[in-house]
Amino acid sequence: MMTKMIQRLKGLLAVVLFAPGLALASEAVHLDKAPVSTDQARLQRGAKIFVNNCMGCHGLSFVRYNHMEQIGLTPEEIEKNLIFIAGAKVGDLMIPAIQAADAKRWFGVRPPDLTLVTRARSSEFGSGADWVYTYLRKFYRDPERPTGWNNEIFPNVGMPHVLYEFQGEQTATVTQGEHGDVLQLSLTKPGKLSVEQYDEAVADLVSFLVWAGDPSANFRKSLGLFVLGFLAVLLVITYLLKLNYWKDVH
Amino acid sequence: MTTKCEALIDWIDARFPLTSTWKAHLSEYYAPKNFNFWYAFGILATVVLAIQIITGIFLVMNYKPDGTLNAAGVPVAFASVEYIMREVNGGWIIRTMHSTGASAFFIVVYLHMFRGLLYGSYRKPRELVWIFGTLIFLALMAEAFMGYLLPWGQMSYWGAQVIVNLFSAIPFIGPDLSLLIRGDYVVSDATLNRFFAFHVCAVPLVLIGLVAAHIIALHEVGSNNPDGIEIKKHKDANGVPLDGVPFHPYYTVKDSFIVVIFLMFFAAVMFFAPEGGGYFLEYNNFLQADPLTTPPHIAPVWYFTPFYSILRAVTYPLFGIDAKFWGVVAMGASVVVLGFLPWLDRSPVKSIRYKGPITKTLLAIFVVVFITLGFLGVKAPDYVFPFGVPGAPVAQIFSVYYFLFFITMPWWSKLDKCKPEPERVNFK
Repeated sequence: MMTKMIQRLKGLLAVVLFAPGLALASEAVHLDKAPVSTDQARLQRGAKIFVNNCMGCHGLSFVRYNHMEQIGLTPEEIEKNLIFIAGAKVGDLMIPAIQAADAKRWFGVRPPDLTLVTRARSSEFGSGADWVYTYLRKFYRDPERPTGWNNEIFPNVGMPHVLYEFQGEQTATVTQGEHGDVLQLSLTKPGKLSVEQYDEAVADLVSFLVWAGDPSANFRKSLGLFVLGFLAVLLVITYLLKLNYWKDVH
Repeated sequence: MTTKCEALIDWIDARFPLTSTWKAHLSEYYAPKNFNFWYAFGILATVVLAIQIITGIFLVMNYKPDGTLNAAGVPVAFASVEYIMREVNGGWIIRTMHSTGASAFFIVVYLHMFRGLLYGSYRKPRELVWIFGTLIFLALMAEAFMGYLLPWGQMSYWGAQVIVNLFSAIPFIGPDLSLLIRGDYVVSDATLNRFFAFHVCAVPLVLIGLVAAHIIALHEVGSNNPDGIEIKKHKDANGVPLDGVPFHPYYTVKDSFIVVIFLMFFAAVMFFAPEGGGYFLEYNNFLQADPLTTPPHIAPVWYFTPFYSILRAVTYPLFGIDAKFWGVVAMGASVVVLGFLPWLDRSPVKSIRYKGPITKTLLAIFVVVFITLGFLGVKAPDYVFPFGVPGAPVAQIFSVYYFLFFITMPWWSKLDKCKPEPERVNFK
């Protein structure tokens, strides 16, 4: 009893002293760190994977096809390789072919727009990029789901495993853990890509989505260095000015 | 040439108090020479106000306060923010400045207010300066709250929903009042439009008027300083305070230097971490507002959280009225009580430099309490600290301390063993 009280008091003291610096995760979700790249070849490969596999259902409805010139593509290349929707022009927004009403009927939910997914999915457990990177690698076979697929970090997700032909099929074995069931995924049927190749392909896709979520990020950072440099010069000038003006104040 | 310029100035002076205003507020306004870095935050608040107004004007040119869905199923307001970020030339820089500016505003204003606490800047004869300041803080909270709805993301929407619902707890008029604020039974397009009108027009006008009153009142009585003594007590033959320097050029050059330091911090956040770790731009706000999906955890933006914690801390119904109402009363009181500080502090000295151990201890605890309340306000109500200390009772105890600090101040400030104030300011 006494020791418990002391424990509590100690805890309270610690809280009062260090509260602002401490944050304890309540229910930790483990996310793998996404190797996000800004390499143009990788972003272009990500764009290719996106329009081939995702854009049937998910849009990038704030991005125009020709914004992809920023990742090193020419309008001709974009038009020839990345526009699959009949009548879509290179200056159009990347809106998917699927009709909202159909999507709702087929999947139960409308597939979300993915422009900002890597920003919206950020949390104390990791960046949004980490979430997407983990999510796309954690699908497993589940005969109880209408699509036949389930996902470890997004249980009972409406989306089937669209990239299964590349990853292959994973199955889950459930073990009793300290905080409920723990899933263990294992690759039971290999796909077209090896595990490393698949991870790399998903990383490229995620890198492309990170670019799409914040296309000005690269320019922003390089401009930021310039601005800070400018301010550093101004800092010296204003400091010397201050010293000079104040030298006769005693 | 000079004579022509002088003639022009004479011509203006005969019709408008140009030279006398310049002298009264700048070249012959004598500020104490011993200002330390705590005295920078007033000028920095002015700088941030200017940033917010200028960037705001440009944002309004492209932002659309429209909660209806566009062809792609996205609310027009949400889409227009992304349009600014992606397609408007330089739009991202303007918007990032504005969103960073909102948080920067509160950082500098909280530090500016704390400076007042440290050096007794609210004491006679600066009571009105302080009261105008408290009103500025209230207006700023209204401005920030309504501005946060405009991007029309999930946090915008549900944050507004929660806060406006609070008004419905007021007996008799509550439900009608919250209906009047929203213009609808839920937060909707009508709410967005009226918040937009208040955010870009009504509240900024009030804010600028109050800032003008704050500065005019300050220049009437003169600035306080870290020693908390009046420089006007010792004047030279010409009536110039011996420990004062003309604001221009002395403080204009010194403040330029300080503003550059501030801008470096501002630029570092704006260009390299505009999301501010999820506190300046909340992650959930990258999802469009969806009236049918309530987020699992709704928290206000970081700068409201100390007061939000106080609101949540009240869980007992009183006199047959819902606890929520008393929470609202406590939250309101926690801001309003600041306005009474000039009459609560009975210490013989103004500055913390000459105050005794009681004040220093209680003020230090107050800082810890305020920051912890802010921290808990970000977290869910069932948050548990390390070592199993539950957050909710801590918030309650700390809320009580918050009020006790002010209510008992007349006694402890008088009791405290103070050191004698110097005759002249310390300046090395």
